Amino acid sequence: MSDTTFNAARRRLLAGTAALAGISVAPGIRLISTAEAAVSGPASAKNRWGLLIDSNKCDAGCTECVTACKTEQGWTGNDRPESDPQWIRKVNLKDNKTGATASLPVMCQHCEHPPCVDVCPTGASMKREDGIVLVDKHICIGCRYCMMACPYKARSFVHEDVHNQKQHMPRGKGTVESCTLCVHRVDAGGTPACVEACTEKAGRDAMVFGDLNDPASEISKKLAKHVTTRLRADLGLEPGVHYSGI
Amino acid sequence: MNTVRGIFAALLLALTAVAVSPAGALAADSGVPVPSPAKAFKGEQCVEPVETMRREHMVYLKHQRDETLRDGIRGQKYGLNECIDCHATADPSIAGGKIRTLKPFCKECHAYAAVSIDCFACHSGKAQNDKTGSLLPNEKEEMADDLIRMVKAHTNAPAIGDKK
Repeated sequence: MSDTTFNAARRRLLAGTAALAGISVAPGIRLISTAEAAVSGPASAKNRWGLLIDSNKCDAGCTECVTACKTEQGWTGNDRPESDPQWIRKVNLKDNKTGATASLPVMCQHCEHPPCVDVCPTGASMKREDGIVLVDKHICIGCRYCMMACPYKARSFVHEDVHNQKQHMPRGKGTVESCTLCVHRVDAGGTPACVEACTEKAGRDAMVFGDLNDPASEISKKLAKHVTTRLRADLGLEPGVHYSGI
Repeated sequence: MNTVRGIFAALLLALTAVAVSPAGALAADSGVPVPSPAKAFKGEQCVEPVETMRREHMVYLKHQRDETLRDGIRGQKYGLNECIDCHATADPSIAGGKIRTLKPFCKECHAYAAVSIDCFACHSGKAQNDKTGSLLPNEKEEMADDLIRMVKAHTNAPAIGDKK
């Protein structure tokens, strides 16, 4: 079953539940109003969302994940690489001794102990209960301490005015932003845009998204089977993004 | 005594006359442009009574934005996107009336009350189902629009509650 059909099925199920929950017990008295019945969340510590990226399946020439992220979140930039935001980038590695190469996408690693959250003076840089690290732009003052603290260079500062933002992804000049792990999709039961593009557009299947806390999830099973690494594991940040083949 | 009573009666009459006269006439006299927020694109009833929304909408929005972003609670009733759903309206001065935005609704009262909000520095006030691809007018054009509208307001003196 493809992701889209799964989501549609889930949505129908949710809609059904909402209708049931809205049933009145007596004239004028409702158990839960329909508006409340459609509410989802809050994010729970029962989940720990993560990614597994297999660099053996990733190709240096392919940038479908980056394109998908740009389209999904709207950070297309102004053709000024020095100052344009970049939420996800392709990094190509080469072992100088053997000549072996590897390619992998790098985005916010959604650390268990995020240094960006530690240094934020306003509390804007935050980690959700389910492990997704976000910037609360409502209170971000654009000081960029988090950008300096992040060892993965995952965060960007918005230097220029932004227009026509996506409804699910407000962005504005003077704030810091980074990969949200497509939190709007995850909350709706979906997968991040990069993962979807890797499978559907690039046909490479190099990225797996899932719940690291759920032993039955595809990602947990793969992590239990194969040896994987996390970037700069020596820092002890325990990123939610795992890599294999590097 | 009678004179005093007469003066009071006249005063009362005058006050009543002012009270019942259309607000537009009052605005025309004082020269103050009265805000006339655009009528909702759809729906007759907001999530709360109008009087409550006028006073409390910012509290609702601020409270819920934290719950949505920080706690991941989605689909509650006070979302900005829900505002856009109903209150985003087309205006000939914005992209030739081809898109629906919140500006004709929000900006009216905020400009009148000299309230400067940050919402639309990041949020798009544009209804997303309009796939015209046209950009919102930039800040300078918006300011020019406001000026034109203010001049219009002075000359035509639209009133609160005027049926369009």
